[in-house]
Amino acid sequence: MQQTDGAPGTPGLSGADTAAAALALGDDALVLSHRLGEWAGHAPVLEEEVALANIALDLLGQARVLLSMAGDEDELAYLREERAFRNLQLVEQPNGDFAHTIARQLFFSTYQHLLYGQLAAGEGAFAPLAAKAVKEVAYHQDHARQWTLRLGDGTQESHTRMGRAVDALWRFTGEMFQPVPGVDVDWQEMRISWTATVTATLREATLAVPEGPRTGAWRAGAGRQGLHTESFGRMLAEMQHLHRSHPGATW
Amino acid sequence: MATAAPQQVDGATGAAEFQTAFDAAVAAEERIEPRDWMPDAYRATLVRQIAQHAHSEIIGMQPEANWITRAPSLRRKAILMAKVQDEAGHGLYLYSAAETLGTGRDELLDKLHSGRQKYSSIFNYPTLTWADVGAIGWLVDGAAITNQVPLCRCSYGPYARAMVRICKEESFHQRQGYELLLALSRGTEAQHAMAQDAVDRWWWPSLMMFGPPDDESAHSAQSMEWKIKRHSNDELRQRFVDICVPQAASLGLTLPDPELKWNEERGQHDFGPIDWAEFKDVLKGNGPCNEQRITQRRRAHDEGAWVREAAAAHAAKHSRTATARTREGRAA
Repeated sequence: MQQTDGAPGTPGLSGADTAAAALALGDDALVLSHRLGEWAGHAPVLEEEVALANIALDLLGQARVLLSMAGDEDELAYLREERAFRNLQLVEQPNGDFAHTIARQLFFSTYQHLLYGQLAAGEGAFAPLAAKAVKEVAYHQDHARQWTLRLGDGTQESHTRMGRAVDALWRFTGEMFQPVPGVDVDWQEMRISWTATVTATLREATLAVPEGPRTGAWRAGAGRQGLHTESFGRMLAEMQHLHRSHPGATW
Repeated sequence: MATAAPQQVDGATGAAEFQTAFDAAVAAEERIEPRDWMPDAYRATLVRQIAQHAHSEIIGMQPEANWITRAPSLRRKAILMAKVQDEAGHGLYLYSAAETLGTGRDELLDKLHSGRQKYSSIFNYPTLTWADVGAIGWLVDGAAITNQVPLCRCSYGPYARAMVRICKEESFHQRQGYELLLALSRGTEAQHAMAQDAVDRWWWPSLMMFGPPDDESAHSAQSMEWKIKRHSNDELRQRFVDICVPQAASLGLTLPDPELKWNEERGQHDFGPIDWAEFKDVLKGNGPCNEQRITQRRRAHDEGAWVREAAAAHAAKHSRTATARTREGRAA
């Protein structure tokens, strides 16, 4: 454990740990917000245009607070290379069909709800953000859960698609419980609660709980170490292009 | 409340009597409400206008959403996402207002997708640079507000009330667009050039948003009589030009019209002729993005069909379950 340098954070943690942790959690929110933003104008029903944009905005708001704890939000978002991003591989996964987007959201918002719940209850540097964000995330989780039930227990086609999405994304769920230095939560407890909650939702949605591995062929914690999947570089190219084309400009 | 307009009731009261009461209510600036009697043509005009307005909000999401993933700062990205979300919300308000006239959202969307109902011609222009997002906010939303503020006093209650809510959000968007352009105009040389180019491309299409000149406007006279419309197309267009000229000056940008100048005598600006051939061409479906906009809208709808079917099937299953439970409860 590094020595504390007096940063407003968990006792025993350094400011550098807090900044690195803020970056990891901020990147999660930033990248998922971007993916949800890609839905604008493409949602299956108008109400979902509103809902998906709403969730994207909440996440972007969280990202801005978190990245600002780590440095300059725009520099961090727009001027880092792929290998310097610390987000989970789960959140960078392409939207796919609506079922994939919902499965990704169910997995991630369940995680975020547990994470922010614990952080809000503590006294660390993330407590103020977590106290606000946990309410937003509860809504995200409810939205994803309701859609998981509708799609899983809807038509034959939606059942098949939802099952396929859950299976496809399952391998990215183990990474979420790799401890992040500077984030003072009980990771083991998070993993148990997450699995119980998600399992209950999938069962209620008449879906099978996947039996496959929860990490890919790469080691767990890959995204947190800057090892990403192939689509991520392309996503960043689009996100950063304009900003990078005008170095030094203000917007 | 339309106190003078009779409720729609069965009976022997003649149509003429209803018409007289309707006319009196309109003349007295009372609001016509969904259950009031109204002429069929009034109903049809409102359905057409409100639906077209709703469709414009929905199609209008596309040119701006085109830049969400490329917005150059997180602050601008948040503003743009919120704006596109507001537009979906406006679409929802307006479809609800249209539904009070006895039509359904599905039916209206179907008419949009099949080209039987239109949306504003402005959204058939492409957003080629980031500055276009600012130009849309300043000019397109500005023109929309100029058109829509008088609709807050429209004779049909549900439409008027929707417009009050929508105009509040629109004027916020308009200021954000102006502020975006201001940042560009005062930024680097390349940013300034980007802003000027966007204004050059959006100025004339924005003026076309007020519709054809008064002497060619098919529905205007009747709509004015019914107090759906409160000012003529040319009157609103003139008002918009007069508002924009000083704003352009304070932005440090020029408007692409060599004939634009203050007319002391009229107390208004003179401006050059609008290319009505282009306007008609875009309306006919031959604008730069007509095909693309409607194709994307149809694709979103078609690809979402299985999701809507799933939601309906789930609701049906679970309402049956709930009903069965209630019955069991009663039997016990």
